[in-house]
Amino acid sequence: MNAPMNFEKDRQGGDSRERLVVIGNGMAGCRAVEEILARDGSRYAISIFGAEPRVNYNRIMLSPVLAGEKAFDDIVINTAEWYDENDITLISGDPVEHIDRATQTVVSRSGRVEPYDRLLIATGSDPFIIPVPGHNLPGVVTFRDLDDVDKMLAAAEKGGSAVVIGGGLLGLEAAHGLSLRGMQVTVIHLMPTLMERQLDEAAGWLLKAELERRGQTILTGADTGEIMEKDGHVAGVRLKDGREIPADIVVMAVGIRPATALGKAAGLEVERGIMVDDHMVTSDPAIMAVGECVQHRGLCYGLVAPLWDMCRALADHATGAPTGYEGSVTSTKLKVSGIDLFSAGDFSGGDGCEDIVMRDAARGVYKRVVVKDGRLIGAVLYGDTADGSWYFDLLRKGEDIADIREALIFGQAFASGGALADPNAAVAALSDDAEICGCNGVSKGKVVGCILGGAHSLDAVRSACKASASCGSCTGLVESLLNLTLGGEIESGPKTVCKCTSFSHDDVRRLILEKELKAIPQVMQELHWTTPDGCHSCRPALNYYLLCAWPGEYEDDQKSRFVNERMHANIQKDGTYSVVPRMWGGLTNPRELRAIADVVEKFNAPMVKVTGGQRLDIFGIKKEDLPAVWADLNAAGMVSGHAYGKSLRTVKTCVGSEWCRFGTQDSTGLGVKIEQMTWGSWMPHKFKIAVSGCPRNCAEATIKDFGVVCVDSGYELHVGGNGGIKVRATDFLCKVATEEEAMEVCAAFTQLYREQAHYLERTAPWIERVGLDHVKAGLFDDPDAVRKLAARFHYSQQFMQDDPWAKRAAGEDAELHQHLAEVRPLEFV
Amino acid sequence: MIGDWLDIGPTDQIAPGNARTLPVRGGDEIAVFHTLDNQFYALVNKCPHKQGPLSQGIVHGNVVTCPLHNWNISLKTGEAQGDDEGCVPTIPLRVDAGRIYLLRSAVVPAKAPAASSVKAA
Repeated sequence: MNAPMNFEKDRQGGDSRERLVVIGNGMAGCRAVEEILARDGSRYAISIFGAEPRVNYNRIMLSPVLAGEKAFDDIVINTAEWYDENDITLISGDPVEHIDRATQTVVSRSGRVEPYDRLLIATGSDPFIIPVPGHNLPGVVTFRDLDDVDKMLAAAEKGGSAVVIGGGLLGLEAAHGLSLRGMQVTVIHLMPTLMERQLDEAAGWLLKAELERRGQTILTGADTGEIMEKDGHVAGVRLKDGREIPADIVVMAVGIRPATALGKAAGLEVERGIMVDDHMVTSDPAIMAVGECVQHRGLCYGLVAPLWDMCRALADHATGAPTGYEGSVTSTKLKVSGIDLFSAGDFSGGDGCEDIVMRDAARGVYKRVVVKDGRLIGAVLYGDTADGSWYFDLLRKGEDIADIREALIFGQAFASGGALADPNAAVAALSDDAEICGCNGVSKGKVVGCILGGAHSLDAVRSACKASASCGSCTGLVESLLNLTLGGEIESGPKTVCKCTSFSHDDVRRLILEKELKAIPQVMQELHWTTPDGCHSCRPALNYYLLCAWPGEYEDDQKSRFVNERMHANIQKDGTYSVVPRMWGGLTNPRELRAIADVVEKFNAPMVKVTGGQRLDIFGIKKEDLPAVWADLNAAGMVSGHAYGKSLRTVKTCVGSEWCRFGTQDSTGLGVKIEQMTWGSWMPHKFKIAVSGCPRNCAEATIKDFGVVCVDSGYELHVGGNGGIKVRATDFLCKVATEEEAMEVCAAFTQLYREQAHYLERTAPWIERVGLDHVKAGLFDDPDAVRKLAARFHYSQQFMQDDPWAKRAAGEDAELHQHLAEVRPLEFV
Repeated sequence: MIGDWLDIGPTDQIAPGNARTLPVRGGDEIAVFHTLDNQFYALVNKCPHKQGPLSQGIVHGNVVTCPLHNWNISLKTGEAQGDDEGCVPTIPLRVDAGRIYLLRSAVVPAKAPAASSVKAA
């Protein structure tokens, strides 16, 4: 061996111990040393190199230091005395710059050379910096060590505003700290959900709402374009969509990556991290590595918990009693005071996996556990994490939970209660004066009394005593009482929206307004949805109900739209689309016809067809060609015909008094005016209108959702017709004298339907269900009702009459139309 | 370098709750899904029922609903759910350091040579 002679503690100095050099004075390095010392205190002469000029501290507690909840002294793990007592040489503030495996030495920045028999690399990880323009300006900091915290504290002292880039664990903790220190904080997160690696959409939404309530601004789906500069210092952040957020300090907390540079330079095997075996030994048997810098069985860890197991295995190996590390199951808790959040394991679902979801809107609680093959495999808890450690324990041990499954979601206290594990038994055990419904103060005795008095369904109980009629969180308890009292002879209530909820369409619509619910995850939380993110039935329904309830306020959720409404064209059986431009009242002109003809030729559309709604349908367009097709049609003045939507489709007309010898009024002109008033409006289902110029009814107005039949003395208005599977002629609604009145009633009726019908219910079954008298009462009982309904319709239309094709043609949502890439095997290139 | 895994780009090119497509010359088009709880899956983009483009369906949980006739297809196994019977091939997928990889041998048609290239759209 070629050890240099200038080392004070080498073997030639009379020390017979092996020399262990540790690179990294952080949590991993020191923990490993502690573990080794605990096994054999005299085996190694230990030296630790640290890049930071201080003793070892608990890095994960930097968040409470930033938040002012702890001081630095509180988070020191090993004091200077510890190093002395254990005869450890600490070389701090002098990082190792080179490993020479041939001579088994390391060289530090100051030139210090240290020989080793065994080397331990515990360099941890480096914060990832997004390489946007301005990323190295003064005032741009990361959140990794105490120096970063000091920089943030210095900035916070001056007040002002801060931008945190990254809405993961670290970013949110930094944002919380800066916010508590009095700064105006904006969090910029690339993904639509905060902490998307640990949380599902539902829990992410609750977290966002809470942070916003605390005064932070949270921008999700926001992509950083550049860091702006003023006078040589950071001045703010400009997003790729052009928005600018001023800031006196910018914290980059977008992620970490293993610090592998030293290992790589020394020629060790490195992929994402330094490769180690189950004993934390690298490709060089004399060199071990531990912590965030390693890659073990394909995984790199960025959390503290796996450290303990890694260090145990490492120490066992280093002291000659190897055991091995088999990887870790990790869990996450957010260290933001007052926000309880826990996640662990796999909650991606899958076959054989079952989600058990419990929501308690009153307490702001969301719990979801995932069970597979009789075992717990994942958990997300928000608002009540008391059972987090219990779930985590079940998860790690892989215990069979079949016996406690029914009560699992209620937590340890309930699930372990033996007989009480059966929810029905638990409810049976309650006393008669136990409160069932907290919202309406209804006791068990009163609910049972109602059931015995003839309320044999959930809905009957709700109307008899109000139990579970408000927030619905006690629905399960009421159902248990129905079961117990009636022995299974429960009458089914009104149809629920879908299997994800026990609420009916009417309940959901009413509660959205009453509780001012304005986002899909919020509706699901407040109304206790039993699935994490709904299904293909309820998502589009909720999207429509919210759009109708909060015009101009609610942001349409594209991923809750059926394909046709997402792509603004009609999908056909071969996966291509058909395109129908609007032809107002069925009128067209040479310019439009030329543009359509050109599109058909340019894009090789195999078929063009005249539709029943008096317009032209171009078939066989590929999704990637749609924006170009629309651009060409837009250029000729045409807009989307919404032939694909649960929306106003067409206004069919006859030629009327302008040409027809029987015509009594200008039916074509009125049809065009009505279409201009109603186009673009989203509805519970498709909605068709027609205007006929005389009772001969060439426009077939009496099988439309809203039909106008012109007569000499005015306009007869008809509603609820349908020419579909079940033909239904319209009901006569009323007769009016002027075009203006006809349009006003049309707007009012449309709005009444929009506000009251169930999603996917045409006007015909709606009127059959509620009765024509109900519709007439809604329109005419209050002499002002028509005006009010029409005003709400017109208000809503301000936000709807925006051609979706033009936006797509201009490049919006381009990814919906583009392939990811194309795979071309060499043979086919 | 050509390995077993084909890099098809960063994870952020597919928004949660959405899917995007990857045409394969001489093979079946692949749909790559990103679920609302941030899992990624890849399937042949053909419903086992009437070959509807699954990439265009509504994604909920780890199921996609086919846009043509509302069959629910498991993203994990490709199997039809409920009373419907049928299965669409799945493509092994892994996510590493923010990028999506598909198992090359499952992407490239059997007759073609193992080597292939990806061209960004």
